[in-house]
Amino acid sequence: MVEELKQVHGEAILKAESYLGQNYLVVDRSVCHQVIERLRNQFGYTSLTDISAVHYPKDELPFEMFWILYSMAKEDRVRIKTRFAEADEVPSITDLWVGANWLEREVYDMFGLRFAGHPDLRRILMPDEWTGHPLRKDYGAEQQDQAWVQKNLGIESGQ
Amino acid sequence: MIQSFLSYLHSNVTPGEAGSLPWVVIYVLLVFLGISVGVIFMNWFERKVMAHMQVRLGPMRVGPMGLLQPVADAIKLLLKEDLAPTGADKLVFWFAPIWVVMTAFCSFIVVPFGRTHAITDMNIGVLFMLGVSSLGVLGVIMAGWASNSAYPLLGSLRSGAQMVSYEIAMGMSVISAIMMTSMATGTGTLSMIGIVQAQLQQHRWFVFSFFPLGLIAMGVFSIAMVAETNRAPFDLPEAESELVAGFMTEYSGFRWSLFFLAEYTAMFGVSSIATTLWLGGWLRPFPNLLAGPNWELAFSLVPGLSVIVLGALCLFRYTRMPRIREMRPEAVGLAVFGAMLGLLGLVQLLPGVRERVQDIFWFTLKVFFFMYLYVWYRTTFPRYRFDQLMKIGWKVLLPISIGVVIATALIAVRQELFALVWR
Amino acid sequence: MKDEPFYEPLEEVEPGHTFLDSTELTLNMGPQHPSTHGVLRVVLKLDGEKVNGLECIIGYLHRGIEKIAENRTWVQFGPFVDRFDYTAAVSNSLGYCLAVEKLLQVEVPKRGQYLRVILTELCRLASHQLWLGTHVLDIGAVTPLFYAFRDRETILNIFEGYCGARLTNHAFRIGGCRWDAYEGFSQEVTKVCNDLMPKIDEYADLITGNRIWKQRTKGVGRISGEDCIAYAITGPVLRGSGVRWDVRKAQPYCSYGDFEFDIPIGAAGDTFDRYLVRLEEMRQSIRIIRQALEGLPEGPVIARVPKVIKPPAGEAYCAIEAPKGELGYFVVSDGTAQPYRVRVRPPSFINLQALEKMAKGGLVADVVAIIGTLDIVLGEVDR
Repeated sequence: MVEELKQVHGEAILKAESYLGQNYLVVDRSVCHQVIERLRNQFGYTSLTDISAVHYPKDELPFEMFWILYSMAKEDRVRIKTRFAEADEVPSITDLWVGANWLEREVYDMFGLRFAGHPDLRRILMPDEWTGHPLRKDYGAEQQDQAWVQKNLGIESGQ
Repeated sequence: MIQSFLSYLHSNVTPGEAGSLPWVVIYVLLVFLGISVGVIFMNWFERKVMAHMQVRLGPMRVGPMGLLQPVADAIKLLLKEDLAPTGADKLVFWFAPIWVVMTAFCSFIVVPFGRTHAITDMNIGVLFMLGVSSLGVLGVIMAGWASNSAYPLLGSLRSGAQMVSYEIAMGMSVISAIMMTSMATGTGTLSMIGIVQAQLQQHRWFVFSFFPLGLIAMGVFSIAMVAETNRAPFDLPEAESELVAGFMTEYSGFRWSLFFLAEYTAMFGVSSIATTLWLGGWLRPFPNLLAGPNWELAFSLVPGLSVIVLGALCLFRYTRMPRIREMRPEAVGLAVFGAMLGLLGLVQLLPGVRERVQDIFWFTLKVFFFMYLYVWYRTTFPRYRFDQLMKIGWKVLLPISIGVVIATALIAVRQELFALVWR
Repeated sequence: MKDEPFYEPLEEVEPGHTFLDSTELTLNMGPQHPSTHGVLRVVLKLDGEKVNGLECIIGYLHRGIEKIAENRTWVQFGPFVDRFDYTAAVSNSLGYCLAVEKLLQVEVPKRGQYLRVILTELCRLASHQLWLGTHVLDIGAVTPLFYAFRDRETILNIFEGYCGARLTNHAFRIGGCRWDAYEGFSQEVTKVCNDLMPKIDEYADLITGNRIWKQRTKGVGRISGEDCIAYAITGPVLRGSGVRWDVRKAQPYCSYGDFEFDIPIGAAGDTFDRYLVRLEEMRQSIRIIRQALEGLPEGPVIARVPKVIKPPAGEAYCAIEAPKGELGYFVVSDGTAQPYRVRVRPPSFINLQALEKMAKGGLVADVVAIIGTLDIVLGEVDR
């Protein structure tokens, strides 16, 4: 399967490895939507399991997004990962799975990553007017948006 | 004047018929007191029975076996802050609970607890009761309107629509019972006392006549009356307070307790109609079959004896209570309560009292049968959705009750019909 | 009575509008309401009784547990994990421990695995009973709640005897179980199973045949299997729509492959079928517990793990079948004692997306029933 993908996308499939029995692909941001689509339509990974991101602030491309897909026929999971910088936009997969909507909203809320083609990209867990993206590594564990807290909760210290 | 006052005691009609105003007043007060005690008892009874059906105990702390719980609730409600929403129509807001209570109690003017134990007997008794209880719908709608909020208004309209729909089925089944009153004498009567006397004359409770028509009619009426009083499983307007608030939302404290009082009084009212129409009102079991002075004596001892049995149960429980200092008030309370019940029972065994009390006892017993059904339904059934509720009222109960009316009519005039057909 | 829409479409005066068209009413089922499964806010757009649109607003219970994970050690994070789905805390613990054990490449001894299975299935029973009681209460029947909680108490007593806590147990440690089964554990669990089997039939008797129940739940909240997969739904909701997928069978973990059990599948994908699926799951859980008790091997319950847990750098995703759906943990380690990233795949969060699809076009009274049948726990939705 990996060979077929490599044939189609060539250079963009950066890595296809298996760690602890779990297969993952690292792809370039430009092809991630096509790869996922191909995995879904052609190779039978019809279930979306999860979407999220990890922040590696010290790396050149600090954000890593991953998608986990599952194939019921093969009873197999695959992980697709991609790295990019903050300003880049990742394509949204809401056209493939409607359920990706909230998952991508949560990634936007927690990391500030924008998704191209998402129908309704706004914060989901944090209040709508919050500034800052909590799960980034440069956001403190007890940090809060002091202006919002002062305005909405009436707590003077903002915490 | 004392003479005329006492002369009523020798008559055998209700005070209204006898035209004796002082006795009418006394009876009004007695009925009011009785219903209030009944409502208080129903509060305790419902909570205890529901609890026992739900594998728990219910009120146990306030008074022996939780008997003073309703009193505690009443005191709490009286002491609560009296809120009214701003912008609410003050007059209507104040008046709505009064209206529902008034109509609920007014329907008790004609309810006969015995041959002479009614405030009065109108010759349109049943019609009066149904009409006055229909007026209660107005109070419900007023309550929703006066709350100045969309959701209570919608809830009250829903509630009102539900009550009105089921009144029609109730009315139809009442018609079939009225038709049965004309079987023996050829003339029917709408008077509550007349209906019971017709059952006495025909030697049969109407629930058993033209079997199974009487049973179906009573069944339709008992389902419709549950919906009429907004009780489970038809309590969506008041239990769906998460989504659309019921009409009672803005009411708190004493006003709310008035609604509560009115609801239980209405339950008593429609149960009284059902008892009078189908279960033979105040008649003891087998008044004609087991007639004679010995049987009269035996049956007239039943009320007193049953109260004494209850008192004995209380005393028995008292003996089983743990004898520790903390439980002493409760234990003493239970013993006193048992003693009071015993005393009451003894009083009811006295010869002068027992004839008078007998009718009331049987009537109350039958009404409490319906009350128990109410509580049982509440514990057991999930709620109907509003559209399903309306569907049942219009599409199921109404055709059935109309069918029962037609069938009863056909059977009532069967001799004439046969004569007509076989001519 | 056949379930048909209770209104007939009126003829349209102009496209989309009839002469009786009312303005849309926006109704807020606020974060606090009685039929709550947590602090969930639903904004409904109503046309009379019909739900035209629905929006869920969540985040009221967001505690930032994933952020907390990055500031604790692997072991310290163990108790936090219970707080996701607090009605079934043991399965959360199981998922987390399995994920970290995968990173550590540590094998839990057989006895520990079997013990984990017993406790997890007991927790599934407890969670389903809570679901049953509250779901039925939302629809109006007040009594089964007490029966369900009475039986849940017996299970919580076992948890208390095992680890001291009833609700948020912290039952498992990385590498196995902290304690062995206490004396009398086997007998008590057997007793619970034997008592519970007829009780499940009692619930079924009380509820399943009730015509009011059937009218309230059949055809309500219908969702097809394809839609379920499109919404990434897992768990009893997915199985109620006819898709045969259970993580315990598809990718067995923690020696679930040793046990024989069935997966109940529904047909119509409505509330009634999901209710039947969960009832049957309870029976299958009892079956698994009995098999695990019989086959409980001797031996240690915890593997030898270092005192300070430092999994080698890498990442792993480990999923289990929680009572609510597929609960997954994606753990990223950078070789230190603190997790670099712990991502929880929350089944309730993903299942809740389907609320809009299921409730649209239905009546307002059904929204509450559908929230109940999705079996969400806000602790998991918001984390």
